[in-house]
Amino acid sequence: MSILVDKDTKVIVQGFTGKEGTFHAGQCIDYGTQIVGGVTPNKGGQVHLGKPVFNTVQEAVAATGATVSMIFVPPAFVGDAVMEAADAGIDLAVIITEGAPVRDMMMAKAYAVKNNMKTIGPNCPGVITAEECKIGIMPGMVFKKGNVGLISKSGTLTYEGANQVCNVGYGITTAVGIGGDPIIGLSYIQLLTMFEADPQTEAIVMIGEIGGDLEIQAAEFIKDNVSKPVVAFIAGQTAPKGKRMGHAGAIISGSAGTAAEKMAALEAAGVAVVKSPAEIGKKVKEVLSK
Amino acid sequence: MNIHEYQAKEIFAKYGVPVPKGKVAFSVEEAVENAKELGGKIWVVKAQIHAGGRGLGGGVKLAKSIDEVRELATEILGMTLVTHQTGPEGKLVQKIYIEEGADIADELYLGVVLDRAKEMPVIMASTEGGMEIEKVASQTPEKIVKVAVDPTIGFQGFHGRKLAFGLGLPKEQVGKFIKFAAALYKVYMENDASLIEINPLVKTGAGDFIALDGKMGFDDSALGRHPDIEAMRDLSEEDPAEREAGEFGLSYVKLDGNVGCMVNGAGLAMGTMDTINYVGGTPANFLDVGGTASAETVAKGFEIILRDPNVKSIFVNIFGGIVRCDRIANGILEATKLVDVHVPVVVRLDGTNAPEAAQILKNANIKNVITATDLGDGAQKAVAAAKGE
Repeated sequence: MSILVDKDTKVIVQGFTGKEGTFHAGQCIDYGTQIVGGVTPNKGGQVHLGKPVFNTVQEAVAATGATVSMIFVPPAFVGDAVMEAADAGIDLAVIITEGAPVRDMMMAKAYAVKNNMKTIGPNCPGVITAEECKIGIMPGMVFKKGNVGLISKSGTLTYEGANQVCNVGYGITTAVGIGGDPIIGLSYIQLLTMFEADPQTEAIVMIGEIGGDLEIQAAEFIKDNVSKPVVAFIAGQTAPKGKRMGHAGAIISGSAGTAAEKMAALEAAGVAVVKSPAEIGKKVKEVLSK
Repeated sequence: MNIHEYQAKEIFAKYGVPVPKGKVAFSVEEAVENAKELGGKIWVVKAQIHAGGRGLGGGVKLAKSIDEVRELATEILGMTLVTHQTGPEGKLVQKIYIEEGADIADELYLGVVLDRAKEMPVIMASTEGGMEIEKVASQTPEKIVKVAVDPTIGFQGFHGRKLAFGLGLPKEQVGKFIKFAAALYKVYMENDASLIEINPLVKTGAGDFIALDGKMGFDDSALGRHPDIEAMRDLSEEDPAEREAGEFGLSYVKLDGNVGCMVNGAGLAMGTMDTINYVGGTPANFLDVGGTASAETVAKGFEIILRDPNVKSIFVNIFGGIVRCDRIANGILEATKLVDVHVPVVVRLDGTNAPEAAQILKNANIKNVITATDLGDGAQKAVAAAKGE
């Protein structure tokens, strides 16, 4: 078992024939993901990476039965692409593109919710169910099959966390990079709910960062709703106030959004909080050997 | 991206948000000319820098004659203004705004910002104008009225009524205030703003509302479709090292410690700083080399980090996903030829092609380069090297 995606998930790629789309779709196919086609307007009818290309998501869904779309279109067109996927009845859109305008994502997210389409990202590494299905840009070989679910705002910390979990002898069920933008799709609470319900997942690693209050909400949720052990790290304990640290969302404003505040809330909810990402593996081993 | 008060007011005026008459000046003579042109008997001379708290710092002053405008302009232009937002080093004032005096009966606050939890813009209003809104929020939160606006329906009359009646405005002012708030929401949405603050928003003796101050920030990702706003960028307000890094696709923020950091990914970069701190050191910077690190960008990264005289060692921490580690290793070799790297460099490369990368570094046998096996090991070695151990 796993959450969101598995070896039977049928995936199309929006922005299939572009440079990024081509490279990463190829990597996903090599990993074993069922990429069943792609969408690039005006290139319908072509064959790319051995898969059919369609002009619209609607045509792609009708012809392939895809339920998930991986989106690589350029930032200015991401909002449109997400709404097209929602309109076509896609269940889950994984938005990899970095630099999408916040206003566009605000509109696209509202439309996705209205159409019951889940979204992941934007500006994220994607989702991977270890050794079954990779939808995104993460290095597949880091994720060995196992019993730990992983949720992270940061791309490279997703890899770092998964690598440590595997190095201490465990593995990953599903890992989800939710992205660090101000407006994101699936977040901690929905994913914690899914991992709690997934029989294969025995522990959850949650990686957050400064800015916003999603981690605080997650802490409140964990207290009453998550029985599985959770290990958490919050990046940015040493970040100065008022400075944007790479991600558009990673900024401490006023007294809100600090790492200290988030770590305290998580600890109060019974989460095993580590002060350095270098301690994630060790801590997972500790909570799973109890 | 942030802009100056005078620029924000230009945008406000375009959308029918009332602002006092005013003109920006780059010299004392220009300031005097502006005051004469504006006419009247009272003028306000305002320093234009990208930071709040200008009044308390002595950057906003009232002149009651043209001679006084000249005196104040001479005093403020060229001064280094220190406020709670500039840091102790302050900011050099290179332009001033000459504005007509306003008849102030009452001071309010009005702002628009993204509510990330609700995923929509929220308009905040308060009767406590002139105060820092963070202070009002923590001390008397009941004095702030917040109204979230669903962007798919836009600003409606009821949003305005919730604000106006929430503030307890007398009925003859309700309509005017709603019109003001509606115009400000339009400014926010149509310009892809990330923040608008009017503090204070003044109620005049005649019962009109006017934006006495104006602060705007924009979503950097949307600047491409607003060339007029991008043209308002004031490079002299930005940190030169951060700006230069940005030109090379690097994201850099200077800190006060002595262990330089070069990392791929914003989260891992912060996590690396935290780990340096955790093992007893202090990070000198945040530096994300991004997803396409090349020899050139790595060299630029070294150059920027080494410009900080506090740096005693550098920790290169790369988890290669898309970025192949062998490429980074070659980048480090190239970089050491381009830049004089005179401090110890601890290198941790993990992920795609890590074994090949280790071999490349081993074969090159560069002095000053120390390899590390993982994040914790690397942080410890870098901190020890900074301490001269």
